[in-house]
This record gives sequence, structure tokens and C-alpha cells, in this order.
Amino acid sequence: MKNDSVSLTINGKLVQAPAGQTLLLAAKENGIDIPTLCHHPELKPEGRCRLCVVEIGTAPRTRLVNSCTYPVEPGLAVETASAKVLAARRMVLELLLAQAPAAELIRQMAAEMGIRETRFQVGLPNQRCILCAQCVRTCREVVGVSALSLAFRTPGKLVTTPFMEESAACIGCGSCVFICPTNTIEYTEKDGVRTVWGREFELQPCRVCGNYIAPKAQLEHWARLTGDPVESFFVCRDCR
Amino acid sequence: MSKIEFPLVTRHLGAIDPESLTAYAAVGGYDSLKRALTEMTPEAVLEAVDQSGLRGRGGGGFPTGRKWRFCREAPGEAKFVVCNGSEGDPGAFLDRAVMEGDPHAIVEGMAIGAYAIGAGRGFIYVGHEYPLAAARLRQAIAQAKEQGFLGEKILGTAFSFDIQVRRGAGAYVCGEETALLNFIQGNIGEPRNRPPYPPQQGLWGQPTIINNVETWANVPVIIARGAPWFAAIGTEHSKGTKVFSLAGTVKQPGLVEVPMGTPLRQIIYDLGGGLKKDRAFKAVITSGPGGGVLPKQFLDIPVEFESFQEAGGNLGSGSMVVMDESCCMVDVARYFLKFSFDESCGKCTPCREGTKQLLEILTQITQGHGAEEHLTLMEELCATMASASLCGLGQSAVNPVLTTLKYFREEYEAHVREKRCPARVCRPLLKYTIDPETCTGCLVCLRECQVGAITGEFEEPQEIDQELCVKCGMCHAVCKFDAVKVES
Repeated sequence: MKNDSVSLTINGKLVQAPAGQTLLLAAKENGIDIPTLCHHPELKPEGRCRLCVVEIGTAPRTRLVNSCTYPVEPGLAVETASAKVLAARRMVLELLLAQAPAAELIRQMAAEMGIRETRFQVGLPNQRCILCAQCVRTCREVVGVSALSLAFRTPGKLVTTPFMEESAACIGCGSCVFICPTNTIEYTEKDGVRTVWGREFELQPCRVCGNYIAPKAQLEHWARLTGDPVESFFVCRDCR
Repeated sequence: MSKIEFPLVTRHLGAIDPESLTAYAAVGGYDSLKRALTEMTPEAVLEAVDQSGLRGRGGGGFPTGRKWRFCREAPGEAKFVVCNGSEGDPGAFLDRAVMEGDPHAIVEGMAIGAYAIGAGRGFIYVGHEYPLAAARLRQAIAQAKEQGFLGEKILGTAFSFDIQVRRGAGAYVCGEETALLNFIQGNIGEPRNRPPYPPQQGLWGQPTIINNVETWANVPVIIARGAPWFAAIGTEHSKGTKVFSLAGTVKQPGLVEVPMGTPLRQIIYDLGGGLKKDRAFKAVITSGPGGGVLPKQFLDIPVEFESFQEAGGNLGSGSMVVMDESCCMVDVARYFLKFSFDESCGKCTPCREGTKQLLEILTQITQGHGAEEHLTLMEELCATMASASLCGLGQSAVNPVLTTLKYFREEYEAHVREKRCPARVCRPLLKYTIDPETCTGCLVCLRECQVGAITGEFEEPQEIDQELCVKCGMCHAVCKFDAVKVES
């Protein structure tokens, strides 16, 4: 056995995993799928949705942990679909179904687990956001502008721009829209103007073909990152 | 002072001037730090805390010595000690009393802890609602620096240590240790996933120990009197004393400190003087919204971590709210869930959506819209919240619901099946009538009724129109002759 590799059992099967790997990835690499909502391979896991919980330890001392952040441990016994795990997963989906009744993905995942409707008080019928914060993390970790943030606590928690105003930091790239698993974020493009998070962004047409490339603010962000003049980004990828 | 009381942590409260280092030093203050730095190795200090059997007083009850050892042995560029001075549980005021009344004890305890684990910096988090505590602590830190108990090369040794006070912004969840770390780092006060635990990776990813006010205040005592002396107090697994802030319907509310193992009954009846108006004891809740509601069959259990856990309660932070027969247990559960819902940070689904739905169901029940299946649904939801929530807030927010469901199920059933509140608290389930025999026809209730539900002639018995009555309770409150009867 390699020094930096640990062996553990997942669903009774002995597996090897590199030290420091999460249970979620270790399971995945061994062909065991664990459902997730707030997890994304490009983002740091935050353990928000609790859908990926697994049961660790040996009876009677077992407990649930979220597999997206919990690291592999030598000799750890992991169950990814025990009765306790499935009960928690169903309950989480049933709660999310009440929170975000308009989220197609949640309805789908719930149906796959045999939940057609929730027994809980359903919130606003058009609600889609499940507060997974993938948009916030993408904006911060991938785009690098931190235009979005979570605000408030449980009674009014939401994803928003600072002070719920037009964000000066936003570059209109739309990554948040792209990453959102429940299509929550409003986004329109019309007559060379992109509107997202309540702010309008002028789109830059390609100097060669005239097709819109991206918002000017985004190209300026690229120019700042690379140190190249902004004009160097005024030709689209197809025409370059 | 009663013979039951055993003041260690609270021994200086009201006895010395909290704003004077000289006063603290006159009662042996900073002698423990001197002894630790000049006569003991860090390992010996750690060993003493370990041997004393001290366990964290913030609610978790984790052995303090073991926590410190994890931190001492964890690799890191820098190490930190943190004092958790957030005290948000309704009815808790013991940490406040210690911070305001004996701030130097906390500073001294932290300096000893920092020496033991090799930390150079410390932080004290003080809740937003405690301005005096923050001011006293800042003053104590400044005085300690002046006298060479903090700062560079303390008491001429190679050990340097400094403390900063950080004021909270009002969020209860920031009392959760990892949310507190995020707060100190300037981030949103959301708890972190564990592992890594703070002793491995805490503040800025460095090994950090977090102990609460009461735990830190115990440290100088352990060094001064020795671990064996301390370990002789209390029970087999819970050593030392526990401070409680006794509140609710007791005759003498206030701060009490008793050896671990003291029966609950002695605290409530001997120290608290029993219940107001000598009403019957119904339940006691310790540790606020994360605690369990314990009925009278638990009055004789000793206060210690294990016995409380077995009963479904939580020794917790030390708030102790006593309730008499006039309390409705469904309403009590609803009250605590409202608190947890308001204070849940909303990071994880089970706590965020779970507290919302539990509160919704409990509100329905107290308003007379409860159904039998609500009870099983709550139990099912509580099981998931307890096991799948990210932090202690969500995991323990279910305790008031689970314990009331367990010990006072008949009250829930009365609300659900008969739409009746046996304690006559849930207004929508009450019926107000006027006893024609007792009513003098003074018309006070008639004038006060905002919806005109009361009719009758002067000096004749009045009557309440049940269709119009909104059950505000005003007639009952203003009647001088006790003629308004409340039924359920």
C-alpha cells in the first residue's frame, strides 16, 4: 500500500483512496453515486444542502456526515444508502420541495426517491432558489469578482448583491446564471444589452463579424487580468 | 450563603472591584499565571488541566485537557486561544456576570492556556448585548499589559501573549465555535464543516482552542489549588462546579454555583426558594433553545453532563428556566422554535427549512389547526434535523420539541384532538365567559372590549358573544371581581 493512500469500506466493499480525498469522490471513483445539489467539482465544497449525507462508523455508534467535505479515514466504514441515510435524504428533498416548488430539478430528484408531494407548508409558488450558493462561490472562486453574497439568516436568507443594489463589481458574465441548478437567476439579452442582477450591461460586438462577444465590463475585467489593452478582446473567438 | 453553594468561578463576583487589577491581585490573582510560567512547563500545565477532569462549560462538555493537547500537538505556523463570550440563550446571564465581575480571571485563564499550547494571540468574543463586559475586559487587558501579565516576555520569561476583544453583531449563531471563528476572520458568521476541528485548523487555518467564559475562569483555580483538589469536586465524569443562571417562576432567581452532582431539586427549591405563589412545578429547561424540557420525574437527577443527556436534556451553557403549571408545553416548544428559526444562519437545509416547518406546525397546533399526523411528522423531521444538520444549533433545536412530545404528549393530543389548551395559554383555543353570579355589571369589560362582543345593562350580568370574541383576554385582565372565566 502506498503511503498516501488509505483503505476504507464503502457499502461493505474495501476500497483504496488517496489521503485527503472526500468520501463523495472516493465513492464516485468506486462506482457509487451519491446525489448532490450544492456540490460542484470546480468549487470548494461547503456542505450546505446535506443531500450527500452518508452514515459512518459501526453500529451502534454511527452518525451522518456530509460526504462532500468529510475526508477518507483509514478503516472507516461508510454506508451511502442505509435506512438512516435515505430517510434524511428524503426529508431534505421534501423540505426543499416546500421551499422551492418551482424548481424542476428538485421535483425530479424527489420523484426519483418516490416523493410526489411534500407534507410541509409550501412557500411562494414561483420560488426556485435552494440557497446552494453555487452562484456565490462561482462568482468568488472562478470569476474572481465577488459581486454576489448570501445575506441575512434563515427567515430571510437570500443571494443578492451588496445592499441589494446594482453591483459595481459585477461584470455581467452570467456565470452565476449558467451554474444555477434550478434556473433561478433572471437574465435577459435584448438589442445589445444584457440584464442580470438588475444591472444593464452593454454587449461588445465583434469587430469582424459583428456578433456580440460579451459585456464590455467583462472584457475590461479580462484586460485587467491579462494586462492587455481591452481592444485586443474586441474580436470574437470564431474570427480570431 | 447556602451550604449547597460552592463558588469557584463566581467567588470574586461582588467581592472585589472588577475594574482594579490590584484588587484581583490582592485575592491571589495572577499567582496561577506566575506559577505556571515560572514553576511549570507547558506540558505540566496541560497535564494539570487534563488531570483536573475539567470539561468544556459551553455545552459540549468536551474534556478541556484533551482539546488543548490536540491543539498543542497540531502543526501550525501560529496558534490561537479564543474565549467564547457569546451568551444568547434566553435566561442565561452567568457568562455576563463573570465577564463583568471578574474579567481578570478570564484573562489569566487564557494566558495560562496560551502558555500550555504555545499560542501567541488570543481573542475574546463578546456578544453585542454586553457592552459593559466588553469594556471591563478591555480595561482588564490594558491593566494586565501595564503590569506585565500580558504582552512581550511576560514576567521576564520567553512567553509572549496578547488578547484582543471582538464585539459581536448580534447573531446568536456566532456563539457556535466555528461560526465565531468565521466572524473573527471577518467573514459571514456561518458554521464550518468538521473535520477539520478548530484545534487542528481554526482561526486562519491555524490550531485554535475555543473555550467559553466559565471554562477559562476555572483554569486559574485549577493551577492554584491543584488538579487533585479540583477533581475531588463533582461526580465521576463531571468534575468541578457548574454555574447556573436560575430564572423563570422561582422565588429567588439569580446566579448559583454548585458542585457537579447536586440534584436539580436542591437548586430549584433550596437555592431558588421554590416556585412563585407555591405553584406546582411543571418542567425545567436548561440550555435554552437547544435544551430539553425536563418534567418533575427528573427533579432528583444530579446536574452532570451524562444524566442530562440521558434525560433528553442538555446541561449546556447553564441557563435554567423553571416553569410552573401555568405554562403550556406546546407553546413553550413553539417559543423556542421561533427563537431557533430567527437565529438559524440558514446555511444547511435541515436547520433552515426544518426550523421553519417545525415552527409552522407548532403554530398551527397552538392555533387549533393541528392534526394527528403533525405529531409523527414532527418526530420524523426532528430525527433528520438532529442527525443531518451542519452544526449544534440545528442538531439541538429539536430538543424542546422532542422532549415535550415525549414527556407531555397528552398536552399535544389535547390541542390536536380536542382543540383544547389544558394550561389555558393558547388563546385561540380558549373560551371566555362571564359568570352571571359574580358579575356586578360595572361595565368595565364592556368598555374595554375592542370588538363589541360584550353586551348587558348597567348593574346587570354581562354576556360575551362567542362569535364576535377575538380572545384577546382584555375582559379577563380588567375584571376586578374575577367574573370572567377562562375555559379550554
